[in-house]
Amino acid sequence: MVGRRLATALPGVVGVIVVTFLLNRALPGDPAAYFAGPAATPQAIEEIRTKLGLNRSLPEQFVLYIRDLARGDLGHSLTTGQPVVADLRARLPASLELATCGLLLALALALPLGVLAATRPGSGVDHVTRLLATTGNSLPVFFTGLVLVYVLYYLLGWAPPPLGRLEVFRTPPETVTGAYLIDSLLARDPGLFLSAAKQLILPTMTLGLAALAPITRMTRGAMLGVLASDFVRTARANGLAPRTVLYVYALRNAMLPVVTTLGLVLSFLLGVSVVVEKIYAWPGIGAYALEAVIASDYAPVQGFVLTMALVYVMLNLLIDLLYGVIDPRVQIES
Amino acid sequence: MRPQWWKAAILSAIALLISTAMAIPSFSQDRSDTLLVVTEGGPYSMDIHGVGANFQVYGVTWNVYDRLLTYGKKTMPDGSVSYDYTKLEPELAQRWWLSSDGTSVTFVLRKDARFHDGTPVTAHDVKWSFDRAVTVGGFPTFQMNAGSLEKPEQFVVLSDHSFRINFLRKDKLTLPNLAVPVPVIFNSTLAKRHATPTDLWAMAWLRNNTAGGGAYKVESWRPGQETVYVRNDDWKSGPLPKIRRVVVREVPSAGSRRALIERGDADIVLDLPARDFVELARQGNLTVIGTPVENAMMYVGLNAKHPPFSDVRVRQAVAYALPRKRIVEAATFGRSAPLVTPVASNTFGYDPKMSPYTMQNLSKAKALMAQSGFPNGFDTTLSFNAGFAATNEPMAILLQEALRLIGINATINKVPGAVWRGALLRKDLPVILNVFSGWLNYPEYFYLWVLHSQNSAFNTSSYQSPEMDKLIDVARFETDQKRYAEQVREFINVALRDVPILPLFQPSMDVAMQKSISGYTYWFHRQIDFRSLVKN
Repeated sequence: MVGRRLATALPGVVGVIVVTFLLNRALPGDPAAYFAGPAATPQAIEEIRTKLGLNRSLPEQFVLYIRDLARGDLGHSLTTGQPVVADLRARLPASLELATCGLLLALALALPLGVLAATRPGSGVDHVTRLLATTGNSLPVFFTGLVLVYVLYYLLGWAPPPLGRLEVFRTPPETVTGAYLIDSLLARDPGLFLSAAKQLILPTMTLGLAALAPITRMTRGAMLGVLASDFVRTARANGLAPRTVLYVYALRNAMLPVVTTLGLVLSFLLGVSVVVEKIYAWPGIGAYALEAVIASDYAPVQGFVLTMALVYVMLNLLIDLLYGVIDPRVQIES
Repeated sequence: MRPQWWKAAILSAIALLISTAMAIPSFSQDRSDTLLVVTEGGPYSMDIHGVGANFQVYGVTWNVYDRLLTYGKKTMPDGSVSYDYTKLEPELAQRWWLSSDGTSVTFVLRKDARFHDGTPVTAHDVKWSFDRAVTVGGFPTFQMNAGSLEKPEQFVVLSDHSFRINFLRKDKLTLPNLAVPVPVIFNSTLAKRHATPTDLWAMAWLRNNTAGGGAYKVESWRPGQETVYVRNDDWKSGPLPKIRRVVVREVPSAGSRRALIERGDADIVLDLPARDFVELARQGNLTVIGTPVENAMMYVGLNAKHPPFSDVRVRQAVAYALPRKRIVEAATFGRSAPLVTPVASNTFGYDPKMSPYTMQNLSKAKALMAQSGFPNGFDTTLSFNAGFAATNEPMAILLQEALRLIGINATINKVPGAVWRGALLRKDLPVILNVFSGWLNYPEYFYLWVLHSQNSAFNTSSYQSPEMDKLIDVARFETDQKRYAEQVREFINVALRDVPILPLFQPSMDVAMQKSISGYTYWFHRQIDFRSLVKN
């Protein structure tokens, strides 16, 4: 099943490679003019155009790009001066760590709230849940992000300064996974772990709040449906303990649509993290790609889109596999 | 029905919130001799000679490398300190003299100077560095050429510690141009070790590494995140800096940067919107210093090559219709020096009395429009760089309003930042808002870039006038101070008559810092010089 799923994902990845290449070239920016610097003359710009290979024809540039790609070379970023692969390797873990923390926070809040709301539809808890979900859904992340910085850092001084992944005078742990929370533990440095955890708090809250709504809604809806179904009624009629009915029978069955939502939510979180990363000076790939687009730095933009496409493919694969774990029937049907 | 596990989940969520509350900023330790600077962006490279060296690279170069010469300092009327472009002082060169016939200059290098890795600094390093600057092409080569430094043959090693530059021509910018960030001295022994047959100048290695002998070393550089500097305790080319360590963190959000400086977590903040600096200055618990950027000008450019603005009367009409005062106020909230003449206020030749356009004069503007080839007005577009919309947009709207009063209907055209320079290079935009600044504070240097028909990228108005060219070319190499002053007056008058660019204001280099910081110096490259800073 894994192999077949991977094979179906391949055409998508190829499409992504072609489309990003073309879109990038269709952008009106002129990287040579941009990088010629503040005292550019037309000759200087021409020299740079040649250096960057931008004077070649489009098919030629594409063939060169594919050849490099096959060798695992995504090109050089002009804005950081580093190979794009190195940049992405350094930055993807930062984004994933943040998005995962946001998702976990959202789950920790949304699942209980959703279940609670579903078991008492129309009650006060239900209304509060709905209010919370609507709020989280309707506030743009840049707004919640800035409000959190303003209130929790600027006014109250509770949260640490929005200065990226670590406090100023800390040096990052030795890279194993790239996630500071894990790497600092592997390095047996609790102080560093705490520092990284503190820096994560505000951005995690921002992302968690944004992801709250869809998960809560989906949990509540799915639970309502399942609780009203025949097998739950039968289970109850047979005198099973309410707790067993709720968790063993109802929740497990309600998890399927929730897990589908999780895939979407994580993708959404990686998307909005562009904004969150900007506010919290988080060195993730979202901020990186944005910077590159502004500078018409092609290589990182292509690398970013390709990486994101691969992450999505992996994510969807993971979710498909999770289906099988939660509901064995899915495996049989496929 | 109150299951245990969701209680646990809610409790853990609450615990997370509480831990937020307990996360008290905990970096009081180790801060007295360390400086935290927050900026919007960071360097793209460590090598000022490389492709894509941005403004922040000037800053790295300035602190990490030495030059032969540097500039003196002066105190400004408001008490702040600025570099002094009229005074050259020793840095790596202990002394220097012109040959008696004035065709060369000889430098004697410090004998005790060492690069960061301990290698002695020699004249061979100087030659290698200068050869590199004039050979690699692009920005460094053009900057060297601005001071008539063009060929490797000009640079002669006399001995390990003496070095000569042969002049191609008498150029008063030759010596001042040695004190800008480009002609820095590289550790050529170290650099050559990383050169390859296809990369003789070690461009690839020096992009990510430094090979300097300046007051600071780069301890770590994480592109897009931070640059950490540590003092070079063996620095000999000047007094030992007070600050031991400098962390420059990139914080892209202006709101976050402002919060950091106001909370006292950052020591110095750069790149805030003008309005923030105005408010911070008013609050009074931070030091806010704004210096009008030398030889810089925000201007309205009118395309002198394409109709309708090829008609000089139309351009003059626009000059008379310009509501300069309102535009400047709306864009900079008072943090700028308004300009009526096309010369910056702290540049030689500045005389606001020369301008006939000091006040908006609509009747004159309308009369000129009536005499022009376009008595009934026309439609046009007004373009600006959307990357600086906070400043540019209010200016564009006020300008659009004023143009309408004299029959010109301008559509506003916001050009995305990445496209802007390309759009300027095509030189077909009729009206633009743009800014230009020259490192060297000489009016003819500005005019050479902006209004000379050699047509550099910055002659955005496509202005071409043999009369102007002649005046600039003569003034560049004029040695007689009295004649020079006349020439400057003359080319300013030509610019005022032909009005290809209408000056608006001189932008301000603003910086906010904690009261405990002193010793800030304004530099033409608009980067922070850590060497003079003191933290109490």
